[in-house]
Amino acid sequence: MMKAPISWLKDFVDIKIDLKDYAHALTLSGSKVEAIEDLGESIEKVVVGKILSMEQHPDADKLRIAQVDVGNEILQVVTGAPNVNTGDLIPLALPGAKLPGGTIKVSKLRGVESYGMMCSIEELNLTKDYLPDAPDDGVYVFHNNPAVGSDVKETLGLEPVVDFEITSNRPDCFSMIGLARETAVTLKEQFRKPEIVVKEEGNGKASDYVSVEINNPDLCSRYAARVVTNVKIEPSPAWMQRRLAAAGMRPINNIVDITNYVMLEMGQPMHAFDLKCVQGGRIIVRTATENETITTLDGQERQLNPSMLVISDENRAVAIAGVMGGENSEVTDSTDILLLESANFDSKSVRLTGKKVGIRSEASSRFEKGLDVENVIPAINRAAQLIEELGAGNVVPGIVDCNPVKAKPVKLQLDAGFINRLLGTYIDTEWMLDLFEKLEFSVDRKTMMLTAPTFRPDIQGEADLAEEVARFYDYNNIPATLLQGRASTMGRKTVGQRMEELIHQQMLSSGLYETYTYSFTSPKVFDKLCLPPDHILRNTVNITNPLGEDFSIMRTTTIPEMLEVIRTNYSRKVEEGRFFEISYVYLPIEGELLPDEKKTLTIGLYGNADFYLMKGIIEQLLEQMNIHDIDFSPVADHPAFHPGKTAKLTIAGVTVGYLGEVHPEVAENFDCPLNTFIAVLDIQPMIDNADMTREYKALPRYPAVSRDIAMLIRNDILVKEIEGVIRQRGGKILEGVRLFDVYRGDQVPAGMKSVAYTLTFRSADRTLVDEEVNKVMEKILEGLKTNLGATLRE
Amino acid sequence: MKEQLQMIADEAMAKMEEVQDIKSLEEIRVLFLGKKGKLTGILKGMGTLSAQERPIIGQMANDVRNRLEDAIQKTRSRLAKKEREERMARETIDVTMPGTVIPRGKKHPLTLVLDEIKEVFIGMGYEIAEGPEVELDYYNFEALNIPKNHPARDEQDTFYINDKVVLRTQTSSVQVRVMEKKKPPIKIICPGRVYRSDAVDATHSPVFSQVEGLVVDKGITMGDLIGTLQVFAKSLFGENTNIRLRPHHFPFTEPSAEVDVSCWSCGGKGCRICRNEGWIEILGSGMVHPKVLQNCGIDPKVYSGFAFGLGVERTAMGRFNIDDLRLLYENDIRFLKQF
Ligand SMILES: [Zn+2]
Repeated sequence: MMKAPISWLKDFVDIKIDLKDYAHALTLSGSKVEAIEDLGESIEKVVVGKILSMEQHPDADKLRIAQVDVGNEILQVVTGAPNVNTGDLIPLALPGAKLPGGTIKVSKLRGVESYGMMCSIEELNLTKDYLPDAPDDGVYVFHNNPAVGSDVKETLGLEPVVDFEITSNRPDCFSMIGLARETAVTLKEQFRKPEIVVKEEGNGKASDYVSVEINNPDLCSRYAARVVTNVKIEPSPAWMQRRLAAAGMRPINNIVDITNYVMLEMGQPMHAFDLKCVQGGRIIVRTATENETITTLDGQERQLNPSMLVISDENRAVAIAGVMGGENSEVTDSTDILLLESANFDSKSVRLTGKKVGIRSEASSRFEKGLDVENVIPAINRAAQLIEELGAGNVVPGIVDCNPVKAKPVKLQLDAGFINRLLGTYIDTEWMLDLFEKLEFSVDRKTMMLTAPTFRPDIQGEADLAEEVARFYDYNNIPATLLQGRASTMGRKTVGQRMEELIHQQMLSSGLYETYTYSFTSPKVFDKLCLPPDHILRNTVNITNPLGEDFSIMRTTTIPEMLEVIRTNYSRKVEEGRFFEISYVYLPIEGELLPDEKKTLTIGLYGNADFYLMKGIIEQLLEQMNIHDIDFSPVADHPAFHPGKTAKLTIAGVTVGYLGEVHPEVAENFDCPLNTFIAVLDIQPMIDNADMTREYKALPRYPAVSRDIAMLIRNDILVKEIEGVIRQRGGKILEGVRLFDVYRGDQVPAGMKSVAYTLTFRSADRTLVDEEVNKVMEKILEGLKTNLGATLRE
Repeated sequence: MKEQLQMIADEAMAKMEEVQDIKSLEEIRVLFLGKKGKLTGILKGMGTLSAQERPIIGQMANDVRNRLEDAIQKTRSRLAKKEREERMARETIDVTMPGTVIPRGKKHPLTLVLDEIKEVFIGMGYEIAEGPEVELDYYNFEALNIPKNHPARDEQDTFYINDKVVLRTQTSSVQVRVMEKKKPPIKIICPGRVYRSDAVDATHSPVFSQVEGLVVDKGITMGDLIGTLQVFAKSLFGENTNIRLRPHHFPFTEPSAEVDVSCWSCGGKGCRICRNEGWIEILGSGMVHPKVLQNCGIDPKVYSGFAFGLGVERTAMGRFNIDDLRLLYENDIRFLKQF
């Protein structure tokens, strides 16, 4: 984010159009305008007033009555502010004035008429950063003697500030000059380069005072120093303070403000040292030693290590290079000779160092993006110029400039054909050449060779040139086409994707609502699921930098999130809920970098639900997918499930998952109701066994014969086993087996149950006769008796 | 006898006038036309008639029979109609009472949006590709022209598993995997979950969904990208939707663009939803960076391509006017029922 006060930009380029149009134009050429803040926007009819007299209000101790000269008239104003006196110049909101807090009206205060209001900075929606001379409390009093009756917006320089979003590839645009340059090319205006003239007048030469050595030229390609004597520390002038405040920086004192001002204007961070504290007058750019520490300007002691670059004097580090200065060489009120630093540090080094010490300063955030080696000298000269102009000190002649690594400008041949082919345009070469000239490339029109300016590190290849052309041509002027003349491709979903869609549809048909839950969770969920310490699901993929423990592991089961969904709804008094989710679990694989990401269907039911509803939902899904060789078996091996109400689903011998009632203890742990049902099923084996081939079978031509049987059988014998025997004995003519009653109770002996079936028999080629059916029935009954100990019930 | 026949006919017709139900009508029929009925009785007396009279009376008796039968038939249908109407009147129900519902669930709003997006692109000849969420640093960053220590890595606030493995910050990682395996022409979209370490609030979630699109072939242009996005935006947000491209920076595309659509709420005039701009940012896009093509073994001198990516949550929030992203992951059924 870069805040540019409009007057600052106008130092370098004319902006003649409406600010809204300006914002739009710059946004479309790549400098996105996030907002235009107008500091004076909500202030109207507030003028400079001079207090001619003050008297006590007859009926109120805390009020006084002032006569205020506003230029063309004298107004009576009642005020409660204790800090104003006769002779003071104050901002006066006239009747009808608009302030952020509302409109000012003529009013009566305890019987005395008041024709306006004296304003504090808060009432003008300003801060002390912008008007540092404002009192903490009370009405603002002007100190710079503005004309009585003048509009305070002009007096205070309240102006629009443009907020730009700058992308990380454009370090040059983190400066007024860079933005002005973009503005000039976008608006087709002239860019006015700043004229920098330094008046040097100190004694001797800079090199008499200071020497510079660079031990690590790979991390510091240039270091320039200037020396200023007779330094007079004082507040910087109001115009500079206001620009800094409008750009979002707090004014400190003239020297610090000048370094910040130059950074904002030119994009080159600067630092000022108290030269008396730079021991031996030597600047050594080196890496820190093991166990070295420095106390930075913010008063914090920082641990350094050899991966960090520091600015050092003869004995100790005086700054962390490009990140923050040290307290030991800070400019103070008593500083009278100082060293100005303008340097180029390696972007990666600054970024990593800043990260390690935990500082991200205005300086480091610029260095991180890679700055222009060639900007070092203009920037230090600009600072020297301001020091001279502001009377902050005398600039000693000369610069100590240590520049072991020179800028290497990138040369690229302009291939207009390539650019037009990439963009799908017909832009002519001349237009492109003119553009690159305006963008300060050096252009050889004979060889079509372009040399990128050193402040544009983003220009590396032909595609980058294409982007320059496109953004000033305006992306939106590129004609829209639709892959003309290319071989067409077929769009389709894979079998797996279609199957997944079918699962989705079937879940909806069963009345389930789809959920989305997070894929990471807390390691604590395993205890809540009552999993033993060595349970396989506790083997997880862990996030090293999570947002907190609750989000620190990739889930190996979706049960906790589904229970969480149920808890949310249940706790909000929703009586019943039926949910499903299709999502992944992440299972580490021994010896592999990446885990197995298993797509899982999770179903959750509560309220008006039972095991058989859950099973029915799944059976219907399997039916829709035409999956055979299905087996549901009772299991008690999953600690999160009720041991007597849980089944394992296998398809063709492969375990697909579990369905059942949640273990009461687990339900309690998750604040879910008892009778909560969950299913977790792997999707892949279902897809693998789905049979999407369809074949017509002739409809039956002969009638079916049905017989009912009821038997007494041991309670622990599963219906599945009974049916197994019936089917095995029933042979070819047995068509259907339908369970219609299971009964335990009064009429049945303890430990037994009564089970009743309707069996249907049919033959494809004849009408069955009774004897045939009777014979098979006998075989079935015989089987039930011998294999399962069933007795026939009459 | 003539008189007798006439009397019977008159009597029967009179009774039929008065009859109120089908059962009584049947009794009348039996009384007059039955085997022991009055008409039959008269015909039995035919034997006493002269040969001359016989055919005349016979004819007359037949006429009477026919008349009666006809009248009975008519009366029957009159009565049947009456009874039907009475029954229907009794059966009348209150059609304003609620219908019997076969309960059906609903898709999550994110799936609704994803499905629409998939449909649009499948219609344009794209295939759907998927890839791992726990991803190698190489596919998520390096191959996409984001080397170690690149500032863009900070912007994406990555979750790390270890120094080689991350939770993917973008579905662009799938592009690389596809380009490594498949030769152009490539036309894919990659929907999926992505992760960034943003704290949860009304507009941020550490888990969210993206759809990435990629086209690589000979002679693909930025104009093709714009045309494709126009079709997409119109399909998703309505025929009157316009798009606007703004230059931006992504390490894996060059030129790069952020794409705005004209506000779906105000149509571009400016409103609360578009923060008075008339435009809403929905996706990032650009021409595939030559280095990325090279990293995937595709010669950037021969082939070019475009890529785009959009956030599904953001799109869904716009489409359904959802003001808090957290609702999408909270799964309150009263929320889910609304879609
Ligand atoms: Zn709008």
